[in-house]
Amino acid sequence: MKAGVYVCHCGNNISDTVDIGELIDFARGLEGVSVVRDHLFMCSEMAWEMIRRDIVNGLVDRVVIAACTPKNHEKFFRSALEAAGLSKYMLEIANIREQCSWPHKSEKKYATEKAKLLVRSAVSKAALLEPLEDITFSIEKSVLVIGGGIGGITASLDLGNMGYRVYLVEKEPSVGGKLTKFDKIFPLNDCASCVVSPMMAEVATHPLIELITYAEIEDVEGSFGNFRVRVRKKQTYVDWDKCIGCGACTTVCPSKARVPDEFNEGLGWRTAMYIPSPHAVPRKAVHDPNVCVNCGKKTFGTKRFLRNGKEYLTPCEKACPTGAINRSIRWDPEGEIIELDIGAIIVAVGYQVMDKEVFKEYAPHSPNVITALQFERILSPTGPTEGRILKPSDMQKPNAISFISCVGSRDARYHTYCSKVCCLYMLKQARLVKEKNPEINVYIHMIDVRAPGKDLEEYYVQTRQLGINIIRGKVGGIEVLPDGKLRILGFDADIGTPVEVEVDLVVLATAIELPEDARKLARKLGINIDSSGFLKEDHPKLRTVESSLDGIFIAGCCQGPKDVSETIAQAKAAATAVAALMAGDKVRVEPYIAEVSNELCGGCGICISLCPYNALEMAEGSDETEKRVVKRDVRTCKGCGICVSSCPSGAISLSGYDDDQISAQIGAMLGVMAVRV
Amino acid sequence: MSDEFRPNIIGFACQWCAYQSADLAGTLKYEYPSTIKLIRVPCSGRVDSAFVLEALALGVDGVFVAGCPEAECHYRFGNRIAKIRTAMLRNILPEFGIESARLRFEHVSSSDAVKFVEFAKEFDKQIRKLGPTPLRGDKHE
Ligand SMILES: Cc1cc2nc3c(=O)[nH]c(=O)nc-3n(C[C@H](O)[C@H](O)[C@H](O)COP(=O)(O)OP(=O)(O)OC[C@H]3O[C@@H](n4cnc5c(N)ncnc54)[C@H](O)[C@@H]3O)c2cc1C
Repeated sequence: MKAGVYVCHCGNNISDTVDIGELIDFARGLEGVSVVRDHLFMCSEMAWEMIRRDIVNGLVDRVVIAACTPKNHEKFFRSALEAAGLSKYMLEIANIREQCSWPHKSEKKYATEKAKLLVRSAVSKAALLEPLEDITFSIEKSVLVIGGGIGGITASLDLGNMGYRVYLVEKEPSVGGKLTKFDKIFPLNDCASCVVSPMMAEVATHPLIELITYAEIEDVEGSFGNFRVRVRKKQTYVDWDKCIGCGACTTVCPSKARVPDEFNEGLGWRTAMYIPSPHAVPRKAVHDPNVCVNCGKKTFGTKRFLRNGKEYLTPCEKACPTGAINRSIRWDPEGEIIELDIGAIIVAVGYQVMDKEVFKEYAPHSPNVITALQFERILSPTGPTEGRILKPSDMQKPNAISFISCVGSRDARYHTYCSKVCCLYMLKQARLVKEKNPEINVYIHMIDVRAPGKDLEEYYVQTRQLGINIIRGKVGGIEVLPDGKLRILGFDADIGTPVEVEVDLVVLATAIELPEDARKLARKLGINIDSSGFLKEDHPKLRTVESSLDGIFIAGCCQGPKDVSETIAQAKAAATAVAALMAGDKVRVEPYIAEVSNELCGGCGICISLCPYNALEMAEGSDETEKRVVKRDVRTCKGCGICVSSCPSGAISLSGYDDDQISAQIGAMLGVMAVRV
Repeated sequence: MSDEFRPNIIGFACQWCAYQSADLAGTLKYEYPSTIKLIRVPCSGRVDSAFVLEALALGVDGVFVAGCPEAECHYRFGNRIAKIRTAMLRNILPEFGIESARLRFEHVSSSDAVKFVEFAKEFDKQIRKLGPTPLRGDKHE
């Protein structure tokens, strides 16, 4: 071997503490070292060229840099090796600045000694380096976005506009998510549907975006660059190619075939034939067989004829102007499976709010105790009261309304976290009440008001000025009085006494949680759940839209409670992260991954149980004589080395951090040849 | 012979956390004993028991393994494996005539230079108190 050792002075950052002359002499004496040079700044172009020339001239076949931490300039030095035609991985860095000259500046003599050991350690590892190459994979340039709320829509549009093929899978018949339920949104109190409707239309008509609504993810295989996803498109029992969304079928569907309406959060009814909301995109009818009363006893897959020989048609069939409804077809209740080849995935499945039934102390049986999401529907012109503020029990105007915050949030019994948006949306709702009906008394019971963020504190102050009573303190319970009125048993922390208010309507700000089936989805994808029960990002600061799996990203409220602006910011970040990852035709990754030796592997499978990424799998021999050995998936292995250190037969190696390399480093720290014990 | 005992201490440091906390300590010009020398590993879970035993057998006076904070392992749970492994090794070290206190596992976050420095000082002090490893002998330079 011909190792070149390049010692950096770093101005005087290193040379003030470490005796460079002594270090150079020491390095010259090391076995296998052919060239030792120093430079005032090894990270300069001149030094880069010096290294490159040494390699080109055949003086050096591996490089040891004694300078600052590899985190700083490893890539820069690698490029010099590459430019000289050497594998860029024939490089080792001795960290003699951050881990030597700086922290040991008052023990110069010993600092020089330590620098020698660090250099010797690097040289002995360099001796065992191998000319590795980057691993490259081809990538499928298409993206799957799961969840069509404002988060998923934003990410899809951004990626579509960048030229990627996008499949947007939404479990409801329409995209839009929670935003379609709101009338106004803080902080501007601008119209929610004016924000979301144009985006819904755009995502549905974008040439590169395929919208798959009323669909769910069945299973996912593969890894970054090449996922194979099976999507189940649920049965709508309506031919969507023919349906023009006129709604004629929904008006004739008999009212005895009805269930509480999901779009109105159960405050109204919908029939078996329905279009989920006035904003629905795509605007298509869906048939719900669980609710259908089979008019004229005409079940699916049957034909009936009248006495006059004419075919009997159900009201919906008759009403449909395009023949999209045909009950004589045997529709497959399982729907249809769509298979997709996908390069990367963004999960944006949003949130659900806790049910009021959980909170027995707050009289959930009263129809006039509702969740904030239900109140959004009452405030909305498309809701059950057409935007008039009325009590659900009798559709009369309430004289007083109480809002109760932190219902299930910041409460050790349910969720310890803060749902983050409740303070603001309660202020918004209170404000909308005051704007519409200033005579209604409004109380907000809060532990404290949390309004950090742009314009939000101002929003709070303005709202207060509208004459809203904000009572700081937790509400212990609600009593239903004989006349149906509700007595709030509250506490005013500012004056330190219990308070009671009697109101006609109570709005509970119930906690935001991960949607029920999102956990199942997370399991299918291999995404972790964090301690608050949301999808876990890879790093709380540095990798907030990445999951711990390459090529799978998260955005919006499924990662934690957020308002719309934060959801959009995160969705845009996720889209950009996906685009950056897929920008080239191939992905390049460092070759620092595990390698299993078929010869040595005993097939015990200990490594399989320890691999954090399920990158290892037992490969059964093709016949009985062939032994079972472990196979490692190149794409999913992240190179942690847990399997390597756990293999009882020493069958697994790890490029860049192999056993002999680390042993050599240990030995070098002592000046003896390493021996494996 | 020098009069004062200078221990030789090796730390296996995870590249994501502990190694970076040491870098940060340097950047902030915090001082800690130069007896401490780090070997960078991808994850503390990469540290084979054999590495620890090998270092001790070769006459290193103290060994530590430093990984990410409890629930923040970059590779999900490599740090937990490392912690368990060091605990088991500590149990068997006395059988080789080595004090358990010569081996430690430490969680250090990449931003916690103070913790790294405090640990380094404290471990150095402890090893000094224990004196040279009983295995230190002719093998040593
Ligand atoms: C009462 C209330 C009022 C609010 N008011 C405001 C406000 O005024 N201003 C503001 O900024 N924020 C407000 N927010 C917060 C706002 O609702 C969220 O920030 C926003 O809706 C988050 O968007 P999202 O796309 O992450 O989630 P969502 O809007 O929940 O969308 C998620 C989508 O994913 C779909 N989905 C779920 N699971 C699956 C699955 N398994 N497969 C496929 N699709 C799936 C859902 O059907 C849905 O369409 C309010 C929240 C509440 C509870």
